[in-house]
Amino acid sequence: MRLAGAPGQPGETSTAGLPLRFKISNLNFFYGAKQALCNINLDVPVNRVTALIGPSGCGKSTFLRNLNRMQETIRGTRLEGEILLDSQDVLQMDVVKLRRRVGMVFQRPNPFPKSIFENVAYGLKINGYSGRLKEHVEKSLRRAALWDEVKDKLNQSAYALSGGQQQRLCIARALAVDPEVLLLDEPCSALDPVTTAKIEELMFQLKGICTMVIVTHNMQQAARASDFTAFLLDGKLIEHAVTSQLFTTPADPRTEAYITGRFG
Amino acid sequence: MTDFYNGEGNHPLDKTVPSSIAMKLRMLWRKSLNLVMLSVTAACALVTVSVLVFILGYLVWHGGSSLSWNFFTKLPAPVGETGGGLANAIVGSAKLLLIASLIGIPIGLMGGVYLAEFGGRTFPFMVRYATDLLNGVPSIIIGIFAYTVVVVPMHHFSTLAGGCALGIIMIPIAVRSTEEFLRAVPRGMREAAMALGASKWRTVLTVVVPAAFQGILTGLMLDIARVAGETAPLLFTAFSNRYWSPGWNQPIASLPVMIYTYAISPYDEWHEQAWAAGLVLMGLVLLANIGARLVLSRRASFSRS
Amino acid sequence: MSGATTAIGRVLPPSRARRFIRRLTSGDEIAHLITLTFGASILLITGLLVLELWVQSSLARHQFGWKFFATSVWDPVFGNFGALPFIYGTLVTSFLALLIAVPLGLGAAIFLAELAPRNISDALAFLIDLLAAVPSVIYGLLGIFVVVPIMRTTIGPALKSSLGFLPFFQGPNYGVGFLTAGVVLAIMVIPFVISVSREVLLTVPRDQREAAVALGATRWEATWKVVVPFARAGILGSVFLAMARALGETMAVTMVIGNDPKISASLFAPGYTIASVIANEFSEATGDLYIHSLVLLGLVLFLLTFILNGIARIFIVATAQRGGAHE
Repeated sequence: MRLAGAPGQPGETSTAGLPLRFKISNLNFFYGAKQALCNINLDVPVNRVTALIGPSGCGKSTFLRNLNRMQETIRGTRLEGEILLDSQDVLQMDVVKLRRRVGMVFQRPNPFPKSIFENVAYGLKINGYSGRLKEHVEKSLRRAALWDEVKDKLNQSAYALSGGQQQRLCIARALAVDPEVLLLDEPCSALDPVTTAKIEELMFQLKGICTMVIVTHNMQQAARASDFTAFLLDGKLIEHAVTSQLFTTPADPRTEAYITGRFG
Repeated sequence: MTDFYNGEGNHPLDKTVPSSIAMKLRMLWRKSLNLVMLSVTAACALVTVSVLVFILGYLVWHGGSSLSWNFFTKLPAPVGETGGGLANAIVGSAKLLLIASLIGIPIGLMGGVYLAEFGGRTFPFMVRYATDLLNGVPSIIIGIFAYTVVVVPMHHFSTLAGGCALGIIMIPIAVRSTEEFLRAVPRGMREAAMALGASKWRTVLTVVVPAAFQGILTGLMLDIARVAGETAPLLFTAFSNRYWSPGWNQPIASLPVMIYTYAISPYDEWHEQAWAAGLVLMGLVLLANIGARLVLSRRASFSRS
Repeated sequence: MSGATTAIGRVLPPSRARRFIRRLTSGDEIAHLITLTFGASILLITGLLVLELWVQSSLARHQFGWKFFATSVWDPVFGNFGALPFIYGTLVTSFLALLIAVPLGLGAAIFLAELAPRNISDALAFLIDLLAAVPSVIYGLLGIFVVVPIMRTTIGPALKSSLGFLPFFQGPNYGVGFLTAGVVLAIMVIPFVISVSREVLLTVPRDQREAAVALGATRWEATWKVVVPFARAGILGSVFLAMARALGETMAVTMVIGNDPKISASLFAPGYTIASVIANEFSEATGDLYIHSLVLLGLVLFLLTFILNGIARIFIVATAQRGGAHE
């Protein structure tokens, strides 16, 4: 079933003309004196999956974590440039409000030491949602393709779940607050191939209703699951294009070197 | 290739390599030294542990026979009369520990939260330094402090003064264990909460503290057990009392002080009471310690799985 | 979930004043302030403690000055106070305690950290930690009724007959005195030596030991010649910690030292320590000079433990950093 705005619409050759969720301009990021990101300009279109690839240490996780200002929690960092979320300056926004709109899934599953239900309900509760919690929790768990497996044990500790289930729980938890954007920082790197496939399918189903930016070191995953791919190297954005185009006919020789495995 | 160590090769090193008999003797010496030191150090450890076993055994033997229902329910009897107890001391210790907890737990808990979660560079450093300093002060000096600050203005000994002294002793341990368990909560959990839009204080309150809760609780339990046995600071703050001590303004009896008073007295009945009290006190301290460690080890194995 | 882009223009940033007020009333700042206040209260208490010790000993300081540390008289009736017997008693008992506790404790710590299998080591370490939790007054109880009789009837005469030519073991033996106090103190202090030394030994990186064994060293040689020297500073730190602890020990010592403010070479003689005289006489001290002299003794004890704890910390941190640098 093809949803409106589904990927790979014929003729979609670039981000031009698509409505943008994020518009990042001249982004520079410093860990103390060391510059980690240099002059990055990137457009993240609405309801598409944008993948960030690159070798270890190229700055893709750093870049991702700046989008919801998680890097601010680290001492001694400095950010220059502009990040616009729906034309609003992210840096001027209230950071708490920003993080409700932009959710994050981390590399390692990190459920809270609470029950499965409480984990998913956490975001709702702290944001003052007083409606029908149970329905909302169920909706989120269904979206994360976890409902059938946990519907009988919602009150059990989240730690009773397997690693893959815990990661899907974290996704459900992030989805529960209805974010406009979901940032995924190598969400499958600690998971087995079967669970990875489940999560990629999840991403495909979310595509119509949620903008996603995923950092991955697995190029095949980027090729499978994303609409647009950005290649970073040493803190700089080398190339950003439609996924199929980047992987078949990359414009920059460095991109080609990376995707053919000559380094990284 | 020549075997250099059989002493029969032609290598220049032959002159420096000792003869095979010397080698064998040396090896024997090294091996027996190894065995001897293993036994010696094991003996050291066993001696230490046997002291503990001896203490416990002796307490049970001597104190067990003096424990009776009277002990827990009656006031001290005059010298020469039997049937007295140390009920007032038990209640007294409980009252003192209550005040001590009211002072020590909030300050210790909040101080630990401050050091673990907030703060820049200089002020937390000063707070931590002060905490370590306070930790190393002998308890009798803290008793002097409580005396000058509470007893002198009030012009008499009181439960309040004793509780204050014990509370101050509680603070550094509470701070240290709270901070340690808060820091042990993995960073990923905090980030997950913040990424959902929780502010820092909300994260700490609803995620970090609950995660560290068991550890913090056991730390506080051990803290209370530690001050329950403190005697010196009470000697001139809460002083002592052979009767019930209503309210918080009067001198009050406590288990450790009674043990001391009775032990150095010349009366045999009082000695027996001291043993019984010692057993009760030791029992409580042991219970708290063993309980705390069980909880902690269960928690450790749970999080490892 | 909104799928459309909003057409809201750029929002004007709030003024600096507005932002400051918003920060002030935000939950985070309030929480920061609340916890900071509690932290500040700790600073206040500590500062006040030092202040009180100083102020409440002023009479004695002005009256006696430095002579306080050279006088051996302790006469409440005539208002003549000197600290020498107490300092002597404190140092002698602590030194004796360390003499016994450090070799024993170090041996046990080496056994637990290096030579014993892990589960035995953990079980014994747990029991030894329990020993550290025993209240001082219970040690005193056992001191009076167990150690003192043994000293008087068995160990004292034995020492006298074998080592009686030394001035340490001459003179009458009543069972209470420096030696008994030293022994009881040693038992109290051993768990600290063991637990700190054991921890310090466990932080020595594995590759140190492995390198020694790979060269053909026996287990003991690897331990004694490589691991222990590596942890040298931390072990020294544990000794200072134990000393600080011994200095401040009150109840057990008070119950077995005899409470006689005299300086004597014989270890069988009764003596007095700073903590004991405060414990015994503070509640009955009359007259400001008397109380101030006792507080001055307390100030001396405070400074001694403060310095020793500080030195100990430096040593222990030094070993931890050394171990970390080798990772």
